[in-house]
Amino acid sequence: MQRRSLMKAALTAATLTAFGATAAFAENPVLKIGFVGVTSGPAAAWGISNQRSMEARAAWINETGGYTIGDTTYDIEIVSFDDQKDPKRAIAGMEKMAQEGIHYVVGPNVDDGAAAVRPVAESNGIMYFPYAFPKSLYQAPASNAVLGMVANYQSGPAIYKYLMENEGVKTVAFIAANESDPLSQRDGGVEAATALGMEVVSDNVTYQVDTTDFTPVLTPVMRAQPDLLVLSGVSPANAPQLIRSARELGFQGLISTETAQDAGVLAEGAGDLANGFISVGGASTPELASPMMIEFVQRYTDMFGEYNDESNTKVYALEYILETLKVDPSAITDVDAFQTTMDTFEAPNPYMNGDAKLRYVGMTSFGQRRQVAVPLVVNVFQDGAFETLFVAEVD
Amino acid sequence: MEQILANGVYLGSQYAMIALGLTLIFALMNVLNFAHGQMYVIGGFVTYTFYGQWGVPFVLALVMSCVTLAILGALIERFLFAPVIKGSAREESTMLLAAGIAFFLDAVILLVFGEKQRGVPKIVDGVFNYDFRLIMPYDRILICVLAILSIVAFIGLMQYTKTGRALRALAQDRTAAQLMGVNVDRYSMIGFALGAMLAGLVGGLLVTITGVNLGMGGPTSIKAFMMVMIGGAGVISGAIWGGIILGFMEAIGLAVLYQYGDITYLLIFVSLMIFLAIRPQGLMGKPWG
Repeated sequence: MQRRSLMKAALTAATLTAFGATAAFAENPVLKIGFVGVTSGPAAAWGISNQRSMEARAAWINETGGYTIGDTTYDIEIVSFDDQKDPKRAIAGMEKMAQEGIHYVVGPNVDDGAAAVRPVAESNGIMYFPYAFPKSLYQAPASNAVLGMVANYQSGPAIYKYLMENEGVKTVAFIAANESDPLSQRDGGVEAATALGMEVVSDNVTYQVDTTDFTPVLTPVMRAQPDLLVLSGVSPANAPQLIRSARELGFQGLISTETAQDAGVLAEGAGDLANGFISVGGASTPELASPMMIEFVQRYTDMFGEYNDESNTKVYALEYILETLKVDPSAITDVDAFQTTMDTFEAPNPYMNGDAKLRYVGMTSFGQRRQVAVPLVVNVFQDGAFETLFVAEVD
Repeated sequence: MEQILANGVYLGSQYAMIALGLTLIFALMNVLNFAHGQMYVIGGFVTYTFYGQWGVPFVLALVMSCVTLAILGALIERFLFAPVIKGSAREESTMLLAAGIAFFLDAVILLVFGEKQRGVPKIVDGVFNYDFRLIMPYDRILICVLAILSIVAFIGLMQYTKTGRALRALAQDRTAAQLMGVNVDRYSMIGFALGAMLAGLVGGLLVTITGVNLGMGGPTSIKAFMMVMIGGAGVISGAIWGGIILGFMEAIGLAVLYQYGDITYLLIFVSLMIFLAIRPQGLMGKPWG
């Protein structure tokens, strides 16, 4: 009898808890924002940092009463789909978003996935924010994709020019994983370096994406002894191993990439050998991070146990979507209205000190405003942390 | 040439160790353990946690990886594979179970250890450099030696101990072994635990060189299957030869063919297909199984 009472009490408590949770969540109407990206496999770190950035920000918004758009205050719900870096799965993910009536999606993370979902997004009135660089996604007649970060063909030339002028770099070698994103980034990098007058001494060495030991891969590149080694499109999992192998093979030159990295991962995987490594970051270095960025990092850490520096660039997409909807509430269900608003949209950048603005850019690269204006922050890794090397803007 | 040979020996020794556990489990239970790569990853994360995070001496951390994986392997065999093998004569039942375990372990790894690449401090500093003709960091040399010693110890265990003899008997003929008084259930569990322990050991060794992340499991399993196919499924010496051959093919391909892009693995796969078409049982395997 006593046992039965206990079970009844537990059941009642569980029901009440569930009901209570639902009731709390249902205080405001819910605005669903989608995420379609890679959260499993070797590139999981890219998508998970995306998803967790969105979830941390959404939880923050909901905890502080919701997000007011027009006359309505919404709770934000993030609907996630793991595309496993497979274009077919990415299409399925975007179709799921359409079925759920979602009009704003962050992702996919890679080129082929972003290209694959375009017909689904355009036919279902979905604006999506990929982390993929092909210009055709953002140039007319494409209309619904908004580049969520700085592309390599924008950051690469800025980095190379800086290193030519400040470090006397003359020769460069490129190494890339044998995948569409890194290979296209390598080709873009070679083009940019050549245009700047650098001598490209090696650009044909590639590696399997699941390579774990890079010493044999890097040996031929090291023979070319470049001033600068560019790790094109390198994933955070591979960057420390590549740096470590290059340094152990005696490479003394500079190493850079145009992708975002995590300081903790570099420190663990390469230690002091990663000192001087140049990468693209966001706004979390002490001199740039605003109080809101600092709080975001703290909330993310509290929620998931550990921050990921890649989120410095990935914190922006959700903010852009919500801020743009705030300007024209009808855009919640009407992406044409959203696109119209993009042309004139401007709001303070809450994550960065100073007078930086959130606005849509891309006229130079794409001929239309289809890119979020995240700051081009170029970092250098030094003794376990990133330091800001220079900051630039994309127009 | 010296560099290619050194890279080949180094890659071959680590690959052989990865393949050993997989082929042992296949030999004993006729199970294609698709979760072998995930076990390798867990071994890496255990060493990372003990050595990299808590500062426990590396050797002790390595022992913890072995013990953790041996226990995990024993539990998986006793509560998952053994009942399925007894209840289903269809081989695909165990294959599906193994695939399910692989997905489950991937999810557990993500929850427990996170999505990031992890690395540990170097166990030995410095680089051996012979006139820039042969460059090899000392930690790679040490890991290579440890891997070779582990393989020798494993062969010794299989050849000269009662457990090893029982496991070999089980691998050769399960029914005959049972008739000779071998406790089949017990030794199946021990064998599976040993196979998982080898995955944990190599994961723990290699985390010092390659680091570890949650996505490494699947590709590691695929490479291990390739080595087992080259050497012959279920044959211990075959797994060792398969690992060495794959290691040398990779080292030679990367050194000689780099100017043509990433065609090394393309050629390895083509060679493997041709080889298996001619000799489907692999180098050391028997055509009758």
